[in-house]
Amino acid sequence: MKVVNKGIRKKDAMSLVTGKPVYTDDITQGSYLVVKLLRSPHAHALIEDIDIEKAKNLQGIECILTYKDVPQVRFTTAGQSYPEPSPYDRLILDKRIRCVGDPVAIVAGIDEKTVNKALDRIKVKYNVLEPILDFTKAKDNKIIVHPEDNFKALDSIGADNKRNLCASECTEYGNVEEDFNKCAHVIERTYHTKANNQTMMETFRTATNIDAYGRLNIISSTQVPFHVRRIVANALQIPKSKVRVIKPRIGGGFGAKQSVVSEIFPSVVTIKTGKPAKLIYSRKESFTNGSPRHESEITVKIGADENGIIKVISMHTLWNAGAYGDHGPTTVGLAGHKAMTIYKSMKSFKFDYEVIYSNTMGAGAYRGYGATQGFFALESAVNELAAELNMDPTVLRMNSMLSGEHVGETMPSYFNEVLNSCNLDKCLIRAKEMIDWDRKYPFIDIGNNKVRSVGCAVAMQGSGISDVDVGAVEIRLNDDGFYTLMIGATDMGTGCDTILAQMAAEALDCDFDNVVVHGVDTDLSPYDTGSYASSTTYITGMAVVKACESLRSKIINEGARLIGCLPNEVDFDGEKIYSLNNEKQISLKDIGNESFLGFNNYLTASASQSSPVSPPPFMAGLVELEIDKLTGKIDIIDYVAVVDCGTVINPNLARVQTEGGIVQGIGMALYEDIIFDENGRMVNDSFLQYKIPARNDVGTIRVEFEPSYEPTGPFGAKSIGEIVINTPSPAIANAVYNATKVNIRKLPITSEKIVMGILDIENK
Amino acid sequence: MEINLWINGKEFKDDVLPDTVLIDFIRSKGFYSVKRGCETSNCGLCTVLMDGKPILSCSTLALRGNGHDITTIEGIEEEALEFGGFMADQGAEQCGFCSPGFIMTVIAMKNELTNPSEEEIKNYLNGNLCRCTGYMGQLRAIKKYLEKGSK
Amino acid sequence: MFTIDNYVMAENLEEAYSLNQNRRNVILGGTMWLRLGRKKIGKAIDLSSLGLNNIEEDDEKFTIGCMCTLRNIETNKSLNKYFNGIIAKSVNNIVGVQLRNGATIGGTLFSRFGFSDVLTALLSLDTYVNLYKGGIVPLSDFVNMPLDNDILINVIIKKDSRRASYLTHRKSSSDLPVLACAVSNYDGEWNVVLGARPMKAKLINIKKNYNLTKDDVVEEMLEIIKQNIGFGSNYRGSGKYRQILAEVLVRRNIDEIISGGNHGN
Repeated sequence: MKVVNKGIRKKDAMSLVTGKPVYTDDITQGSYLVVKLLRSPHAHALIEDIDIEKAKNLQGIECILTYKDVPQVRFTTAGQSYPEPSPYDRLILDKRIRCVGDPVAIVAGIDEKTVNKALDRIKVKYNVLEPILDFTKAKDNKIIVHPEDNFKALDSIGADNKRNLCASECTEYGNVEEDFNKCAHVIERTYHTKANNQTMMETFRTATNIDAYGRLNIISSTQVPFHVRRIVANALQIPKSKVRVIKPRIGGGFGAKQSVVSEIFPSVVTIKTGKPAKLIYSRKESFTNGSPRHESEITVKIGADENGIIKVISMHTLWNAGAYGDHGPTTVGLAGHKAMTIYKSMKSFKFDYEVIYSNTMGAGAYRGYGATQGFFALESAVNELAAELNMDPTVLRMNSMLSGEHVGETMPSYFNEVLNSCNLDKCLIRAKEMIDWDRKYPFIDIGNNKVRSVGCAVAMQGSGISDVDVGAVEIRLNDDGFYTLMIGATDMGTGCDTILAQMAAEALDCDFDNVVVHGVDTDLSPYDTGSYASSTTYITGMAVVKACESLRSKIINEGARLIGCLPNEVDFDGEKIYSLNNEKQISLKDIGNESFLGFNNYLTASASQSSPVSPPPFMAGLVELEIDKLTGKIDIIDYVAVVDCGTVINPNLARVQTEGGIVQGIGMALYEDIIFDENGRMVNDSFLQYKIPARNDVGTIRVEFEPSYEPTGPFGAKSIGEIVINTPSPAIANAVYNATKVNIRKLPITSEKIVMGILDIENK
Repeated sequence: MEINLWINGKEFKDDVLPDTVLIDFIRSKGFYSVKRGCETSNCGLCTVLMDGKPILSCSTLALRGNGHDITTIEGIEEEALEFGGFMADQGAEQCGFCSPGFIMTVIAMKNELTNPSEEEIKNYLNGNLCRCTGYMGQLRAIKKYLEKGSK
Repeated sequence: MFTIDNYVMAENLEEAYSLNQNRRNVILGGTMWLRLGRKKIGKAIDLSSLGLNNIEEDDEKFTIGCMCTLRNIETNKSLNKYFNGIIAKSVNNIVGVQLRNGATIGGTLFSRFGFSDVLTALLSLDTYVNLYKGGIVPLSDFVNMPLDNDILINVIIKKDSRRASYLTHRKSSSDLPVLACAVSNYDGEWNVVLGARPMKAKLINIKKNYNLTKDDVVEEMLEIIKQNIGFGSNYRGSGKYRQILAEVLVRRNIDEIISGGNHGN
């Protein structure tokens, strides 16, 4: 391969590193109204009265909207394909307040100062109600988060709003109870993961205006432009044909921008006033009313035979939806289905879950999408099982997990999909070599009450959502013979514009620079569900391959015609069509130029892709920690990751994805912890208090690939974006145990928990 | 109030409010590379150089810039292209939103420290957060950049 | 978000002082955390043009102007030749170089934040603050004085040959400390300071003969600390955990001073 599998620079790299104005706020300078939200200080309340008179009369205030001014039709802000599996439980502005920060009024004015003044002058009378903040106690509680009658679930997701149930389900395969009874070893443990914020560096932001055609234009930092079009139109009760969404460069998303967080508010202002409007979330708002990872409590029960081979797994999962159900019913599914599937030796399984409403901020999608929580619980339980059996946890895994041997077999816990590619065994073996596991396991005492220990975890994810995700692309041949690749997939810094162009260049035998790519504009780009669910490389990539094949045959036909041959008498080498029988040939450049003249064909091809399967990428993550047993301080010395993402389309970008995902996972494992006070207010709503890893926190990270070949993927590729966040929490917890015998089952893993755990053991 | 300062060598005389912060003043003059990432002085995205030293433009009053030289990445295009090339070769810019502030700090570090060790590099840059890359690609880019500079 | 109605570049300290007597007016430090509150400031008073941004050294002392930045004291070579370099050590975990280029020593000390690294370190030294009206006051007294409308002009650190050591425990490298600990020893006297308890830093001065064996010193000091210094809880750590950390950090600091041992931390 000439272009695929090469570490090519991103197409937008040089403009980003020279600070070019390419992000939402940069390209929407001028007379935009400043939009801000008045937010509730209460977690649960009814608005009795809002007095906006004093604010409205301020000079420079253009518009103040309350629940009286917006449609009262419920919708979801989850960026998912219609009909969304998330309940329709939201209004733009609601009389009922369900969490601290719920919007009460939308204020738009000429500048920030004026708008801030207006916000201060709005008087709201609340009937403050008692909130239910603890999701583990919320089911069937007398406090109901969504008592409304127009609550609606489009799909049968097991929702019952009168019971605070956002979704519920129970799946069983085989006879779980009987298999547990047969097992020589059974352990049952409960794990707790916390809500985490994605903290993409560019906060939520949207600018809106009315264009020359009288349509609402939305320029937004989003992962899901086409879903934004639909959701905003639904929320505003306007035709979808009246909405256009443009996605410029995005300063990170990680799932946060798979929800329609900021788009609706300036849209409604522009619709009401006819004027351009812009809303930029503060970092604080992005924390307090973003779309964080769902908090979870997962009870795992594992049964193994006398050799430590896993025979049966059950997972009981409680999920905190928070105030709104975005992504609740879907993320939770991955906690079980993605996690358990990795243990192929399992003969039966049970997975049941409940997604519960509470008066905390609504959650959303965050890289890993529920699998991350599931893997912390399951991988930790597997490590605890290994410890109980006095087995090396890597050895226990090698006997039970998916490996190359299982290719061709069905995976009952993975919706009976067939495994087409897997190098997980190779990943684990290589990772052990890299970190020198056999020498270092479980720990080495380095004196002064400090030890260095190792820990392990494995993980998988999917590649797109089977039978749901759609990626369409169009590729055009232009004059001079360059190609325009039109995609609806959303590059959010991940580099999908680049890797899709690499695939096109490979498929068309041309230079990478000969393919130009365009950012997403719903008026121009072909439909794409968006960049989430690890779908872009696999789904949209395959659409690129198909479209290029189609264009290739059109070029051959047209070239042959132009030189007076039959298509089967010529070939195409990427630069020219040439006769197989004589000297006749025509360059691609000339075909391109001809195609712009009368009597010739303009050459363009489009293709759309969806997949009945979601092939899992795999990885092994091993960590070496240094732990100070007196203070509990943890230093990450080395993190080793070996990933099977199928063919690596761009090794540089795949490596950086992996390193970045691991560091986010380290943040989840060690620091990141959304905390609410007794009134439901988020306590640590800034980078001063909510610490994400800085560069001194992460030690060394080393990444290698063990590529398998996925026959259903473009050039054999699977996904990479999400899987990489799944191993740090369980691997670090394992290393802490290996150093101290302390099992930490509630994230984050803090020094204090380690020290107190050591003291508990000493005092026993 | 009246203010008179230089951004990337160009003089700006203007009237500013006493509570205008430097980032807003700089962006209003068309230097959009400077980004805001937080309200608590923790992320480093808004880093610009004032008289050669890296400062947080989001937490500095515009009036404090009076009489000073401000440099943003638009003013050091040559160095940005050079170091940025090393970043791009690693894919270490990713979303790019933190890149301008980060690059300004790298340039300041290069001017301030001679042959910094890996530990010194990390310490100097610890105030520049990045959520995409995990920092490793940035470190590889810096090492290659400094290696080249020392040859 | 804060607002400022007027900005005054003070021409002398008397002007600054008299303006500062109005409760709506504020002396500007580095303004790094000005945006954390919703302060509505009448006049913002800037001391930048009063030449208070120098570190001066004579035979007896260092005099650090209130407008010196944390980065200035971190990189000042002669200052850090003293006291085993704890001044630099106490600031280099504070967020990043950019913030330390802005944050001032005057602003930092005047606020007397509980979590302050600098306050903790300087309390272990023979440090004074020079107040416009209050005159020269030992830092150990100043730390307990109520916030008023005086102006901190400069910080005076007496030169002596004391050995000092500074350690903190932080949840992550750029976080505020869970606990900060500075210990110094000079002429038979030990200063033990614990900061970020999370309450304000507290100094205990223990007069102990230097030639006692190390363990005796440590055990006695730990006992005195237990009796005199309390620890509270916040979400960075519980009081009980801070108590445990205090013992470890005090021990390691004393060890560092006596034997030059290096525990890193």
